[in-house]
Amino acid sequence: MGNLLEINNLKIEATSYPPGEPPKRITIVDGVSLALEKGKVLGLIGESGAGKSTIGLSAMSYGRGGIELTEGEIILSGRDIRNAKSGVLRKLRGAEVTYVAQSAAAAFNPAKRLMEQVIEATLYHGKASKAEAEARAVDLFRKLGLPEPETFGNRYPHQVSGGQLQRAMTAMALCPQPDLVIFDEPTTALDVTTQLGVLAAIKAAISDQGVAALYITHDLAVVAQIADDIMVLRHGKTVEYGTTEQIITAPREEYTAALVSVTAKDHTEKVSDDKPVLEVSNLHARYTGMDREVLSDINIAIQPGTTLAVVGESGSGKSTLARVITGLLPQIKGRVTFEDRELSRDLKGRSRNDLRELQMIYQMADVAMNPRQTVGTIIGRPLQFYFGMKGKELRNRVVELLDEIELGAGFIDRYPAELSGGQKQRVCIARALAAKPKLIICDEVTSALDPLVADGILRLLKDLQDREHVSYMFITHDIATVRAIADSIAVMHLGKLVRYGPKSKVLAPPFDDYTDKLLKSVPEMRLDWMEEVQRTL
Amino acid sequence: MRRVPFPALIGLFITTLFLLCAIFAQWVAPYSVSEIVGDVWEPASAEHLLGTDNIGRDLLSRLIWGGQTTIFVAIAATVVSFVTGSVLGLFAAVIGGWIDQLLSRFVDLIMAIPTLIFALVVLSVMPVTLPVLILVMGLLDSTRVFRLSRAVASDIEVMDYVEAARLRGEGRTWIIFREILPNALSPLVAEAGMRFIFMVLFVSTLSFLGLGVQPPAADWGGIVKENKDGIVYGIPAALLPAIAIAALAISVNLVADWVLDRTSSLKGGRNG
Repeated sequence: MGNLLEINNLKIEATSYPPGEPPKRITIVDGVSLALEKGKVLGLIGESGAGKSTIGLSAMSYGRGGIELTEGEIILSGRDIRNAKSGVLRKLRGAEVTYVAQSAAAAFNPAKRLMEQVIEATLYHGKASKAEAEARAVDLFRKLGLPEPETFGNRYPHQVSGGQLQRAMTAMALCPQPDLVIFDEPTTALDVTTQLGVLAAIKAAISDQGVAALYITHDLAVVAQIADDIMVLRHGKTVEYGTTEQIITAPREEYTAALVSVTAKDHTEKVSDDKPVLEVSNLHARYTGMDREVLSDINIAIQPGTTLAVVGESGSGKSTLARVITGLLPQIKGRVTFEDRELSRDLKGRSRNDLRELQMIYQMADVAMNPRQTVGTIIGRPLQFYFGMKGKELRNRVVELLDEIELGAGFIDRYPAELSGGQKQRVCIARALAAKPKLIICDEVTSALDPLVADGILRLLKDLQDREHVSYMFITHDIATVRAIADSIAVMHLGKLVRYGPKSKVLAPPFDDYTDKLLKSVPEMRLDWMEEVQRTL
Repeated sequence: MRRVPFPALIGLFITTLFLLCAIFAQWVAPYSVSEIVGDVWEPASAEHLLGTDNIGRDLLSRLIWGGQTTIFVAIAATVVSFVTGSVLGLFAAVIGGWIDQLLSRFVDLIMAIPTLIFALVVLSVMPVTLPVLILVMGLLDSTRVFRLSRAVASDIEVMDYVEAARLRGEGRTWIIFREILPNALSPLVAEAGMRFIFMVLFVSTLSFLGLGVQPPAADWGGIVKENKDGIVYGIPAALLPAIAIAALAISVNLVADWVLDRTSSLKGGRNG
């Protein structure tokens, strides 16, 4: 049986217009070849900028703004579509090849009901009558495990959850009964517990309909559950291409091996009996205008030089906890004690020293830094502000800090826009360190980064902790990160503390229901992990 | 620096020309502003390149001197408008709460009254001197700047880096002038070009209605007013200041467009 999709020696280029320089050609994808049989799933994996989405979209001969498919062949069902006319492509897209985007919330029209949008392509291509298409959609809703499949389509996008919307989008892609579906990071924006459900639904629907799929993701553990073959990409080139089993169990290339092992790091827990640097007791908080408490009865403590990981899904109140501790959101009840002194409820009542000793690092490093300030100003300001440093002394200390975060003095005059994601996060760490804090709150600091870069940041944070004896409160939804850095863990769910204690105790059975579900939902780098979990949950 | 596009070059050239004429009016203008040098509405000649006006003054000299007044008043009013408007706007966005409400609703109130009518009422009860004129125009226009800068600043104010500055314990002054203003500057600078043009039109309108720059001082609106009767006899004297106003407006707009273009691409536009 022939291949449904065959890509030979594909080269994709674009013209970039760097400010202040003449336009230049850049190669995004270079010499990539792949083959996909009917009914099989190929996983495309790589860091951001590896060209995986670009390759995925090229399967429908589409290039995002300014991108050109310059060389090679894209053979779909026996014909080369690389230079096909737009009329041919229009017939093909949405009928033979469909696409599931990363953010379903942004991909749906908020003003139209789901059903109308799910069957739109099917009707447009005349693949079924309206009644038939609707029946098909309801059937798909049922298969994808959506609630009340008969009436689900009558809802508007804002009336369903993120996970349900992602499933609705999968239904939209499968409804025209295509030969090939392109999944572009369909579960990346979801919580782990939701991700598991969507992943299982996608897998079942794919095998049920017998379509082929390209599955694009940066998470090797996720793709291992769903793909037959995996292609590892880096800088637009193929690093390794093989069966899923071979990639996971016996990676040939060093880069693949690094990707496979990155999530497997563990950290030996530090136990400390010292007086806690931060103690939160009986804390309650709510946002104005809401009658529900966002946080209720939170009790935690962090010892000097240790890390407390706060884990939970989005909406569990973990970031709100950080806002209360930093004084951005005054609590309605309870106390926050920092080194024996009770912190004022709001920011205004806190002394400069209170502020200095408690620093924060944000998830999105690029909006956490003023784009009009140089790295030198960003890191130097806390030094100036808290310690009154000036001139040479200030510059020397900034250079010292830059060395500590492994960047070096050459970065001092750069602007944030001239840094990569990982470098930006390092600068933010240096800014926090500059204040010589006792506690740093890290709010999802690695979730926006590629696995290998995130790994580097975690290692840096650990090194800094050993050297400076600083404590971390590490907010995350990623259990792998928790394993890699935490000494104690607080699991939060719907504003309550479900489980709290030293890491060894929290991550050891017997579990409460929620922690059990949370832990089991984290994809593991094994082939049959998903089937196993589904049996036990 | 990218190459300056052709329209912006033309704009820059004409704007510079106007500015130079305005600054060096004393030396550029062939005659003094109020000296009667010839007959009424003389046609253009070698002595009077653009002819004379309704009482026989040299029109070219009047235009150059008038340009000086008009451009000076417009620039001064724009500065007043921007300093008041943007400082209050940024302040309102940062401080929030009832002070923001009070300022914003007050601005809404002022904006609900047609600016020209408001200006006419105020100027008719005040002595019309240049400082009063500039102040009235500047303050009335600052409501627009207030709205813009407040909108821009509220977007910036919720960014994490502003929160980081707050957590550091920075004062309001630092947050406004060091964190927010540098990021709000590009749209504000582009807007300044537009506001300047509105000011030129505004002062010309007021002068045409007799409540702007007072004779014998010249300004473009005033020259139109003095010579408007000549139009009936086919004398183009009233059209010349109008052409000057139009040329200045278009050329400053071309420059403002270019600035706007550059700032939007700085914000990660399509060429980012």
